[in-house]
Amino acid sequence: MGILNSSIGRKFAMALSALFLMVFLLQHFAINILSVFSADAFNTASHFMGTFWAVQYLLQPILIFGVIFHFVMGFVLEIKNSRARKISYAKNNGGANSTWMSRNMIWSGAAILAFIILHFIDFWIPEINTKYILGDMSGMHNGELRYFHELVEKFHSPIRVTAYVVAFVFLALHLLHGFSSAFQSVGANNKYTEGLKKFAKVYAIGIPLGFIFIALFHHFTGH
Amino acid sequence: MNLTLKIWRQKDANDNGKMVDYPISNVSPDMSFLEMLDVLNTQLIESGDEPVAFDHDCREGICGMCSLYINGEAHGPDRGVTTCQLHMRKFKDGDTIYIEPWRATAFPVIKDLVVDRSAFDRIQHAGGFISVNTSGNTIDANAIPVNKHDADDAFSAATCIGCGACVASCKNSSAMLFVGAKVSQFALLPQGQVEAADRVMNMVKQMDEEGFGNCTNTGACEVECPKGISLENIARMNREYLSASLKG
Repeated sequence: MGILNSSIGRKFAMALSALFLMVFLLQHFAINILSVFSADAFNTASHFMGTFWAVQYLLQPILIFGVIFHFVMGFVLEIKNSRARKISYAKNNGGANSTWMSRNMIWSGAAILAFIILHFIDFWIPEINTKYILGDMSGMHNGELRYFHELVEKFHSPIRVTAYVVAFVFLALHLLHGFSSAFQSVGANNKYTEGLKKFAKVYAIGIPLGFIFIALFHHFTGH
Repeated sequence: MNLTLKIWRQKDANDNGKMVDYPISNVSPDMSFLEMLDVLNTQLIESGDEPVAFDHDCREGICGMCSLYINGEAHGPDRGVTTCQLHMRKFKDGDTIYIEPWRATAFPVIKDLVVDRSAFDRIQHAGGFISVNTSGNTIDANAIPVNKHDADDAFSAATCIGCGACVASCKNSSAMLFVGAKVSQFALLPQGQVEAADRVMNMVKQMDEEGFGNCTNTGACEVECPKGISLENIARMNREYLSASLKG
């Protein structure tokens, strides 16, 4: 933990947790998009992820640690950085030299945290309750796998869908800076950086847009 | 040109300080920004007021002494220049111009627009050098072959004048562009290899102890740097630091 006492160590740890979360997000999207094409495929993939031991007992704890670490460290860094400038400028033209996204990671991050709390209440906590409190690992409800039905049911509410859409807009803003920033933090700034920045834009806009599409699709089709 | 200057006035390090308005007239567009402040100070002295204290030395963009946060940007609205190279033609008649000192806990205000940048000196002392025998047996640096690309990058890093615009521009008051440049300058050359690990560890340690913030890669430092020091230097410092940490 000694490395976390240095500014570069903290930066490196933030970047590693961010890279892990971005891989997780891609995997999450790959499974969710199945729900648009095939309820059976979505059910099968969800049941596998929800019951396979390596996912449940290995990857899930790492993911939860990664999420908590990224948020806690983000807020810690924000507090430390605010101490590094106790008196603000009377006039500061931040837009002249940096993007809004890069200057407001804490706010886009806070919006994403609020969404994750909602998301946990919606899906994760009921899932843990069913599997590990009630002990029902079958994934079945009324004779069929329950995951697709639960997903569609959640997206009936226009308020929830609106919250999801807004949250994913903030996620896109967060990723527009965070994706390439993570690579810079681990020391990767070279001839591939320009290409990486272009890919970062595709990822940062494409993945959240995909999640928004899934929410809107189920809301309007109501399958 | 007739202008209104809003200038930070602070008697000494213990004073709270405040912004004070100064109207100034007949400013030539061909004046440098510091010459305009000279004119203001002449007027203040003639009227029996305390002149505005500000840092300056070479007035040709080399020494890194002049600072000033002008209209919300380090060294003003121009790019690739220090304040002494900024000219009044960049402003319009009737403009209001905010002039503030660098703001960072590690750069405390001494008086008015003058800040204490000795934190940079202490970071340099922690490792921004190479140990060379200068007793008469010094080997000519040109006798050691250096890859052209590395030599160019090392030279680019070495053009950092330590003005502190990177710290002033960064929303976190991070000094990583400065330290990254000083680390890179030596890390890229064979002469810097022997002390490479100690250098980066000691300089980063000193940087953190001085109270600079954490870099979040906004890139503001690179844009506002009068010498165009690249963010690549921060990435290189990160690699050097991680490599040195793993070596123990």
